[in-house]
Parts: sequence; structure tokens; C-alpha cells
Amino acid sequence: MNKKLYLPLIVFLLLIIAFFVQLQRNSQGDDPKALESALIGKPIPAKHLTDLFDAKQHDDNLFKQGKPLLVNVWATWCPTCYAEHQYLNELKQQGIDIIGINYKDNSAKALKWLKDLGNPYQTVIKDEKGAFGLDLGVYGAPETFIVDGNGIIHYRHAGDVNPRVWQEKLEPVYRKLAEQQK
Amino acid sequence: MIAELGNYALALSLAISLLLAVLPLWGAEKGNPQLMSLARPMTYGLFVSLSVAFAALFYLFAVNDFSVQYVVNNSNTSLPIAYRLSAVWGSHEGSLLLWIWLLTLWSAAVALFSKHLPQEAVARVLGIMGIITIGFLIFVLFTSNPFARTFPDFPVDGRELNPLLQDVGLIFHPPLLYMGYVGFSVAFAFSIATLMTGKLDTAWARWSRPWTMAAWIFLTLGIVLGSWWAYYELGWGGWWFWDPVENASLMPWLAGTALLHSLAVTEKRAAFKAWTVLLAILAFSLCLLGTFLVRSGILVSVHAFASDPTRGLYILAYLVVVIGGSLVLYAYKGSQIRSRDNYQRYSRESLLLLNNILLMTALAVVLLGTLLPLVHKQLGLGSISVGAPFFNQMFMLIMIPFAFLLGIGPLVKWRRDQVSAIRKPVLISLAVMLILGIFLPHFLHDQITVSAALGVMMAVFIVMLAGYELQQRATHRSGFFRGVGKLSRSHWGMLFAHLGVAMTVWGIAFSQNYSIERDVRMNVGDSVQIAGYEFKFQGISDANGPNYLGGKAQVEVFKNGKPETTLYAEKRFYTVSKMSMTEAAIDWGFSRDLYVALGESLGNGAWALRLYYKPFIRWIWLGGLFMAFGGLLCMLDRRYRFAALLNKGANANHHPGTSHE
Amino acid sequence: MTKIRAFLTALFTFALSLSAPAAIDALDFSSVQQEKDYQSLTQELRCPQCQNNNIADSNATIAVDMRAKVFELLQEGKSKQDIVDYMVARYGNFVTYNPPLTVATVILWVAPVALILFGIFFILRRKPQSGAKQPAASANHAEAQSPALNAEQQRRLQALLKDKEQ
Repeated sequence: MNKKLYLPLIVFLLLIIAFFVQLQRNSQGDDPKALESALIGKPIPAKHLTDLFDAKQHDDNLFKQGKPLLVNVWATWCPTCYAEHQYLNELKQQGIDIIGINYKDNSAKALKWLKDLGNPYQTVIKDEKGAFGLDLGVYGAPETFIVDGNGIIHYRHAGDVNPRVWQEKLEPVYRKLAEQQK
Repeated sequence: MIAELGNYALALSLAISLLLAVLPLWGAEKGNPQLMSLARPMTYGLFVSLSVAFAALFYLFAVNDFSVQYVVNNSNTSLPIAYRLSAVWGSHEGSLLLWIWLLTLWSAAVALFSKHLPQEAVARVLGIMGIITIGFLIFVLFTSNPFARTFPDFPVDGRELNPLLQDVGLIFHPPLLYMGYVGFSVAFAFSIATLMTGKLDTAWARWSRPWTMAAWIFLTLGIVLGSWWAYYELGWGGWWFWDPVENASLMPWLAGTALLHSLAVTEKRAAFKAWTVLLAILAFSLCLLGTFLVRSGILVSVHAFASDPTRGLYILAYLVVVIGGSLVLYAYKGSQIRSRDNYQRYSRESLLLLNNILLMTALAVVLLGTLLPLVHKQLGLGSISVGAPFFNQMFMLIMIPFAFLLGIGPLVKWRRDQVSAIRKPVLISLAVMLILGIFLPHFLHDQITVSAALGVMMAVFIVMLAGYELQQRATHRSGFFRGVGKLSRSHWGMLFAHLGVAMTVWGIAFSQNYSIERDVRMNVGDSVQIAGYEFKFQGISDANGPNYLGGKAQVEVFKNGKPETTLYAEKRFYTVSKMSMTEAAIDWGFSRDLYVALGESLGNGAWALRLYYKPFIRWIWLGGLFMAFGGLLCMLDRRYRFAALLNKGANANHHPGTSHE
Repeated sequence: MTKIRAFLTALFTFALSLSAPAAIDALDFSSVQQEKDYQSLTQELRCPQCQNNNIADSNATIAVDMRAKVFELLQEGKSKQDIVDYMVARYGNFVTYNPPLTVATVILWVAPVALILFGIFFILRRKPQSGAKQPAASANHAEAQSPALNAEQQRRLQALLKDKEQ
């Protein structure tokens, strides 16, 4: 009978532990609003893909290049995309292939942007209505996906790509996939 | 200068509260009357010094002192004075100061109205409230000081108060709500004091009942006001979203309701003692938990204050000390609590126990639903959301047995009764409820849904049996009208409160099932028909304000061709914060609300308009008001004054166990 | 009129996601039922970008897109469950306020039921005592047991009971 009286205390302590762990994670940069992708392990849902530059139609082979790819969702109205753009150029210099998705944007503005700031993308798909983004589970810009040689999504990063993010989160996945493809 | 004065007053308050926490409690342990007698004066001193701090903050807002960071963040020169002053509790630091000030206010009230309590009890209770105050003061002084300066910068103007908060609701909602939260600390303090002494008789139940009732009334009003405010302010016709912060206010309310009923049993029947002590701890703990959830950034919510994990850690540590400490004390001393346990399986005690179980189940539903997404994600299982569909379904299911108990409970005798005693009234009520439950929704709205029928049935059942109980009580010894005049205030209180529940259920049943919402495109002169009302759009005009640009739409409403009302829906653009706001136009009525909100221009003179018809939605809040009023009547019952008079006279009889009704 | 249009356009441009109330989409529904379905779906689906809002109440870009998609799918004749599944396939279970029934979430329903059952069990199982709950090592308070009353106290008791009933 006595032991029953400790039950509220035990339940309370369990709650505290859960809260403490979460606070620790939050203080280390965990964002409670970050949403994980529902498409990990699934293929890129490619339907109608129109090229930004020449309005050519692509099919899903665009994402099955036999080597890992970055898929970067960006737009000219997005200030964070502007911030990450230089680093994307650097990644291109290193030989990383990036496919760009111009998300809910004005094509003329997008073309001008790439002309002014450099084009780190192998191909750019225009997604004016955001339909492709919806299929990808995109909820903001920028977002970057890592896709393997067969077009399967392995990772989704919501937010900008900078040296720290690349080193800590994206590069390990990318290198591993590159190894596997060999 | 004033800011520094405020800061000093806070530090002084901390010093006083430290003394208040230590000396009287020490005096109570050692039986030292001089130390114990320090409790009251120190409590008054604490209240005064904290009032100085609070007044200082008001002053800073009134004069727009932008050298103080908190003023810069929450106010600016174009804000009307009423909102400048209520911006004091517009965000984290100031609302904490409000919390602490209310804590000292309640402590001072306890000090003032406790003449009939033994000195030792007063010393302990005030000392414990001092302990609670210390934690909050340390938190404010070291992590969330509203008096922090912006030096060396000196902004010329501040940021604007969020336009959503520029409303009369902000003036009243936080203070009312916090009065409730903080008020539960009194019941908490009483039960901790009782656990400390080990003298676990029913006196503490009698003493803490009026205080608990007062806290509960404030919390009820605070929640009702918040819900009503959201309804007319936000423009989407909703009144409860099951947002974590809303849930954080509902949980203490559920525990508080259970506590009120349990206290009644403990006081009258000396039963449930351990359970009541635990409930008192639980109710206040949930208030503190709410504080944590809202200010730590741990949950995602529209209501949350700006988050900071360090603040969260501090509050967590405070929770461990206060709640953990009290639960340890409970586990340790709980076995010494002896209750009278002589009630039969079918008795009012059993039914009240069931009432408590149902309330605790509802609480568990809210707690689990709010926290499971957090734990689920933490365990790496992915993100999930638990919201209205889940909570509404569970609450409806729990409400059914709850309404049944509410109806029959007051009719069942204490200790032992027979089911057959109320068989006839219950069967009649069941029959009437079935008929009305099916007939009324059909008659009023031409279609029946299960939940509407259930809601009507529950409301009817409660009302019928409440009426029967009234008749029984009144005619017990005399004619009906004479008997009614003799009924105690607490009986009326119970009647009003239970009727309030029935009204709220009715309001929810109808507004959830039979509301009609149409988002339509209208040109000037167009009409839309909804539920027998014709909404006619007459045009748009200018409507600018002190800190916003606005446009106003005029909509005439007709019923059966006769003019019913004219509604003016506004759209405002606040120039400083660059936020747009909708001011919905509501024609409120006893049996229905008509609601118009203005959207965007769709070109060619067409506008988007949102039109609502909401039947009986006022009853939801009216029910809440009835509950609060019922609580007030119970609190003002003559026997609490009577008890004070008796105690003064019967000084020789010191045994606190003498419980008189 | 132009001034109003100007400010409302400014409004539209500046409409920020989080706290601005949702745009009112004046859609052409093909039936009353479809309109009701749309309303219930947009209240049940969660905006992935917001601080806890459903897509009906939010003006975030993604919420607007999702609403449009819901409308489109309803026009195509999809059922409510189809549409929820469609969104969940893309955004995960986060996007619906109705939690899925899995091993991890089953506690949401099991715990309340268990609590009620435990409570009823507790009430049915207990044996009502005439005195204290259990024999205890520490002192029993006199009031825990029904004290025997002498004649004088009986009379006072009756008088008090009479008063109380009024």
C-alpha cells in the first residue's frame, strides 16, 4: 500500500526526464518545428518536369544518374537561398552535381538571378505552382535533398546549406552513397 | 531611475520572501510564537514591495521609457494608453511579474482572512507561499528581468504590441487566468502544511475550501474569457483549438473541479483525505507545468512566449524542487493519513469518486495528447500531431457517463443508498431526454447527427434531474416556495454550476453540428442565403485608426424579408508591425450568432467575404459564467462566516477535528 | 476606393505567414457536402510550417497550396480519407491532427480506458469499513472512528441535523 504513494512521484520524474532531454536538445540547436521528410527511402516523385532554360520536358531519369545528386529547392524571393547560393557554387566547383528546383517563382527573375550570381546547377526545373514541391513534401525554401544513383531519396535538409551543415550532415551521406555506387 | 527602483523593489521582495520562507516555518516546527507571528507582517511587507515593483513597470510603460528593453519590445508611442498599460503583461518578463504580484496578493489575502485559523497553520501556509515566491523571484531577477536597460542604445521608438493583443481581452484575460493559477497555490500550501504537521484531520479541508473555490472561479472566468476572445478576435469562428497552451489551462481546471468535489467529501465525511491532498498538489503542479510548457519553447504553439532553453531549464529545476518535494512529502507522510472509509458501493461518496475518476481520465487525455508528440519524436519515431479530432472524440465519450453522474449524484444519499430510490425520476428523465434528443435537433435544424442528439440528451438529463432534486429539497418539510426560500447558498451554487455544465454541453452540441460557414465572392448588392438569413453586401468604406489603415464592409442581414441587423466587418493594416488583422462583425444572439469577416478584393468590385451562422454558441460561455456564479454562491455560503463566529466563541474546544456543517 | 485597394494590396504583399489570419478563398463548390468536406479537411490538416495551425487558419505559402490541392482533389471526386492519405504520404503523420493508430500511439486510447476501468474496479473491490482503513502502527485519530455519543450529544446532534436540513 505504501508503494502506491510513490507512483505520482515516479510519473512526475519520468516527465521531467523527457522535458530535460528535450531542453538539452533544443539548446544544442534542435528545432522543435523541424519536420522530417516522409519520402526517405522512396523515389523522387517525378511527373511533369519542365526545364527552366529551354522549357524541355524531363522525365524521372533526370534523377537516376547512377551517382548521388543534390536536389536543391530555391526561389528568388527567399533571402536564405541568396545566402546559401555562393556555397552551392563552391560545391559545384568540387564536382558535386546539383539539380535545382525553382519553387513558386517567376521564371524571368530566376533566370536573371542565375545569370547574376552564377549557376551551380546541372539542370534547373521550374515549379511555378509548387506542385512538384508539394509532391516532395517541401514546406519552405531552401531545402536540399540527397538522392542516390537510382533516384531514391536518402536525406532531406530544411534550411540553408553552409560549410557546417555540409560537413556535419550532408557530406557523410553523400560520400557513403558515392562509395556504394562504385 | 524608476526602473532601478523597480529592480530594487524586486530584490527587496526576494529578501523578504526568503525570511518569510524560513522564519515562520522554523517557528512552527519549534513552537515559537514570536517567529510564527512574523508571518503576517512579512507577507504584507512582501505584497507592498512587490506592488512597488509592479507600479514601477506600469509607470515605465505609461511614460514610454524606451531605455528599458521590455518597454521597447512591447510598446510604442502610437499605442493607445489602455494597451500600453496592459502591454505590461504582453510577454514573458512582465507576465511573470504579474504572476508574482498576484501570488503576493493571494498571500496577503490569506494573511488577512485567516483570523480564525490557529497561528501555527497560518505560519506554515504563509511560509510555504513564501517558498513558492522565492523561486519565481529568483527566476525574474536573474533570467527575465523586466527592468533591464537597453543601454548603451536608446531606441527612439518601440516595437509594436502584436495587433492581435490590442484588444480589451488582453486587459482582462491574463490577470483573470493568473489569479486562478496562483490561487491554487493556496490549496497547495494548505495541504503541504497539513502534511508537514502530520495532523491530517479535516480542518484543513474546511479552511482551504473557500480559497480553492475562489481560485477555481477565476480560472473558469479566465478560460471562458480566453475562448470568447479568440472567437471574436481571430476571425475564424473557432473558440477552442486544443493548442498546448490552452490545454495547459484546461488541465488545472479539470484537477481543480475534481479537487472542489473531493474537498466537499473530505470536509463533510472525512473520506478521501489522501486523495484530496494529492489533488491539491496536482492542481497547483499543473499550473506550474503550464508555466513551463508555455515559456520553455518545448512545445510548438501560437501562444507560446519567446522561447529560451536556459529559462526552460531553470523552470524545470523549480518544478523538481516544488512538485518533486511535495510529492516526496506526500509519499512519505501519506501513509499516516487516515480516512473514514465507511461508505457503501452505492452512495454519494462512490459517485463523487467516479466523478473524480472521470475528471482524471479527461485530464489524462489532455496530458497525453499534448505530450505524446514530444515523446514520440524524442524516441525517434517521427513527428505526429494530436489535435481537435482526437480530443473532441475522447471528450464526448467521457462526457456521457459524466453527465449521467452529474444528474443522479445530487440525488443519492451519503454513505449508503438504494438504487430504487431514484428509479422513477431517472427513468422519466431518460424517456424525456430520448424524445427531446431526437426531436429537438430535427425540429430546429432538420437533421440529426449523433453528437448533437447526445449533447441535447445530456443537457436535458442534467436539467430534469436538477429540477427534480430542487423540488425534493424544497418540499422536504414545507411547501415548494417556502422551501425554496430556505435553501442554502451552496445549494443554489451547485444548481447554477450544474446548469452551467448543461448549457455548455448544449452550446457545444449545436454549434459544432449545425454551424454553417460560407466563403463567398460578393459584389456590391449581392445576397447569400444561410439558414433562413439573407446576407446582403452593401459596400466598402474607409475606417482608419490611430495606428492602422482600415477598410470597412457593410452587410445587411434580413430574416424572412425583415431587417435583422447591419454588420460592419473590418480589415486593418497596422503600419508599424506591418501586420494585417481582421475585425469580424458579430451579431450576437441568445439562440444564434451571425458572423461576417472581410477578405481580399477579388477584382472587378468583388470581395471575398466569410459568413457564419452559429446556433447557440453563446451558451458555451454563458454556461461557463453560470459555473463561475455557482462557485461564487458556494463560496459565500453562510456557514463559512458562521464557522468563523463559532470558532471565536468556542475557543476552549481547540481540537481541530470538530467539523461542523 | 483606390486608397483602400492600395492598402489591401499592400496587405496582401505583406501578409506574413504566422499570425495573419487566413485568406478567405471564395471557392465554387459543386455541392454543399463538398463544401463541408473541404471545411472539415482543412481543419483537420496541419500546416507544416506554422506554430500549430491548421491549413484553414494559416496564410503560409504551403498552407495556401495545400488548401488548393484539397479543393482540387475534392473536385476530382476523391474521398476525405484519400485526401488525408495523399497529404500524409508527402508530409508524414505530422500533417494530420488525427493521430494514426500505431503501437506507439495506442496509449492515447488505452490509458483513459484503463484509468476508468481501474477506478470502477477500485470502487467495486473495496470493502467499506466501519472505522479506519487499515490497522496502523501510528496513532489513530479519534475522529476516524464513529464515536459513541451520549444522550446530551445525541440531542445536540439532532438539533444540528434539523438546522442543516433547512
